[in-house]
Amino acid sequence: MTEAKIRTEEMLLNMGPQHPSTHGVFRVVVRTDGELILESQSHIGYLHRCFEKCAEGNNYLQVVPYTDRMDYLCAMMNNWGYAASIEKLTGIEVPERAEYIRVIVAELNRVASHLLAFGTYGLDIGAITPFLYAFRDRERILKIFEKLCGQRLNYSYVRIGGVTFDMTDEILSDIEAFCDYFDPKIIDEYDNLLSYNGIFISRTANVGVIPADLAISYGVTGPSLRGSGVPRDLRRDAPYGIYDRLEFDVPVGSGEMGQVGDCWDRYMVRMREMRQSIRLVRQAIKDIPDGPFCDKKAFRGVKPKAGETYKKVEGARGEVGFYVVSDGTNIPYRVKARAPSFCNISILDKLTSMSDVMLADLVAIIGSLDIVLGEVDR
Amino acid sequence: MTEIENRNPDPLTKNVVLMTAVDDIINATRANSVWPLTFGLACCAIEMMATGAAKYDLDRFGSGPFRGTPRQSDLMVVAGTVTHKMAPRVKRLYDQMPEPKYVIAMGGCVIRGGPYVKHGYHVVKGVDLVIPVDVYIPGCPPRPEALLEGIFKVQKLMKREKILDRTRRTTKPEVYQPV
Amino acid sequence: MARLEIGQIIAVLKEKLPEAVSEEVLDGVDPVIVVKAEQWAAVAELCRDDSRLGFDLLSCITGVDYPEREEGAEIEVIYNLDSTANLHELTVKVKLPRSDPRVASVEGTWATADWHERETYDLVGVIFEGHHNLVRILCADDWVGHPLRKDYEPPDSFHGIKNVIY
Repeated sequence: MTEAKIRTEEMLLNMGPQHPSTHGVFRVVVRTDGELILESQSHIGYLHRCFEKCAEGNNYLQVVPYTDRMDYLCAMMNNWGYAASIEKLTGIEVPERAEYIRVIVAELNRVASHLLAFGTYGLDIGAITPFLYAFRDRERILKIFEKLCGQRLNYSYVRIGGVTFDMTDEILSDIEAFCDYFDPKIIDEYDNLLSYNGIFISRTANVGVIPADLAISYGVTGPSLRGSGVPRDLRRDAPYGIYDRLEFDVPVGSGEMGQVGDCWDRYMVRMREMRQSIRLVRQAIKDIPDGPFCDKKAFRGVKPKAGETYKKVEGARGEVGFYVVSDGTNIPYRVKARAPSFCNISILDKLTSMSDVMLADLVAIIGSLDIVLGEVDR
Repeated sequence: MTEIENRNPDPLTKNVVLMTAVDDIINATRANSVWPLTFGLACCAIEMMATGAAKYDLDRFGSGPFRGTPRQSDLMVVAGTVTHKMAPRVKRLYDQMPEPKYVIAMGGCVIRGGPYVKHGYHVVKGVDLVIPVDVYIPGCPPRPEALLEGIFKVQKLMKREKILDRTRRTTKPEVYQPV
Repeated sequence: MARLEIGQIIAVLKEKLPEAVSEEVLDGVDPVIVVKAEQWAAVAELCRDDSRLGFDLLSCITGVDYPEREEGAEIEVIYNLDSTANLHELTVKVKLPRSDPRVASVEGTWATADWHERETYDLVGVIFEGHHNLVRILCADDWVGHPLRKDYEPPDSFHGIKNVIY
């Protein structure tokens, strides 16, 4: 058979909204030439739950549970972002102890979130075992949170003016025990299991390379931006809470296995961040002062003066921002959430069109951006 | 686990020969190998993953293999908020599943819209407006133990299935026809 | 490369585009500058390209509906800019008439504006002129109305699915 007789044509392929590797209800329509993707078109909104409308219908305290459900994998940071913006608007002082508790729970939540990212990324690439290991350790963190506030996912723990419940000594010793247990696991188990696995490296190195300037232009933040070699971390660059008193490093991608900003770099930044989070938790536990854990007056109700503000915190996926407009009543006039995943995933269409991406690599790229659809669609 | 009733009347051969109804055999095998559809929508999907992972280990009850396609699955766990944009897809996935099929509505949002019931203009106020539901699991999100209990409830329903009687399915209200 | 105060940022803007900044609100929680709608595209390019400003990260676009303003019904579009090198921030506001809210798109300046503008169009109904694909992004394609307008009434049913329970 001569080559001329083989009929070839481009194919439109729909991936999602129900697909095991899109981390939720994300839909991509790809135009393929064989195994090669020519261009892709992302469709979102399948989980648009009207956060902003709900926020306009409830008072300031009642909005907190809705922020949990935006990014359900790191709810603490969403709570904190919202609480911090209202605190900035009203000028409420947060007690010292509450600030330390916030750092402890937020960093533990970051570890839990990165563990899930690690596990599901392995699952996407085809490695099932890391998923089971990751969930084994994640359950330990969830157990601590359950002891602390009774919930496993949507905590509503960080509230305006402090935190909901005090951290008992028993829970603190639980967390210390977890740190001692978990710290060696990152190198002993996870790195041996997946990070330096030859198949994993060949699936992720040099795949989905995001140059730093492109990443900034697309508003990519968090581990995905740091994977491209930009050392931007709000905890260090614009410190909030007590982060300016704590010591930690900001890991960035350096192109160890391929080019700077490939999938492996983004993955590895998350793995290294977990270690820094444990370091932060240890420091916070050591220095935690006694005292009140909340501003009781703020817990009864908040009524900011008319005005507006924007406040960002560093979530597990990037910068979580809240733009709040107050008209002087106890109900927000407008709350806009800046979701990091929303910006991070918008780069996908550009990535597939500017470089040669194979169909199987699409899954690797989506997984390495670590999106949460609850946050993309809000 | 199902005890299949031995209907052998002869006391001599009772321990040797098993006589039972075809329904019992089929239902026992079906109930102990429930294949759920990987259908994660939102927060509840994370708890569904946790149910399948190390600690809660859904495989103990025979329903481990989460299938990627509706054509191979007999249980749909609707885990997370269904929106108006997603509703036609949910219906289509349900239609693609082979009979007999079962649906678990997991979490407050799927049951009646949850926290979004008042202001959530884009949220479907209950997936039972779109597809028929067998078991409801309340919670936001429900714990993995609750999902396990829900799957046991589905297994009980499966044991009531009659292979010659197809009416149980058709008497369910055909609630929604996508345009 | 140094962090600038809000006064210095405004001075740099006025040096290049003296007419653009129509109002400065410096006594609020965050300092805000209001830019004329027709000048916004030029201001955006200046914000990104001037090395003293260096606003290379567009953090957020917010649309706010004010149907009952004394000076006439308005829609405000708020841009939160961020500089990764200089580490300063700027809040820029563009005020548009509610009856015909039109502003130039800045997707050529910051690529992230593409999806943010689509979202603002979808939920608030601001039309971004020059956007290459201004269609709904979050709501269903055939959704009617812009949900975050203050006078929005949700539909009683959508494609045969009842939307109101109580």
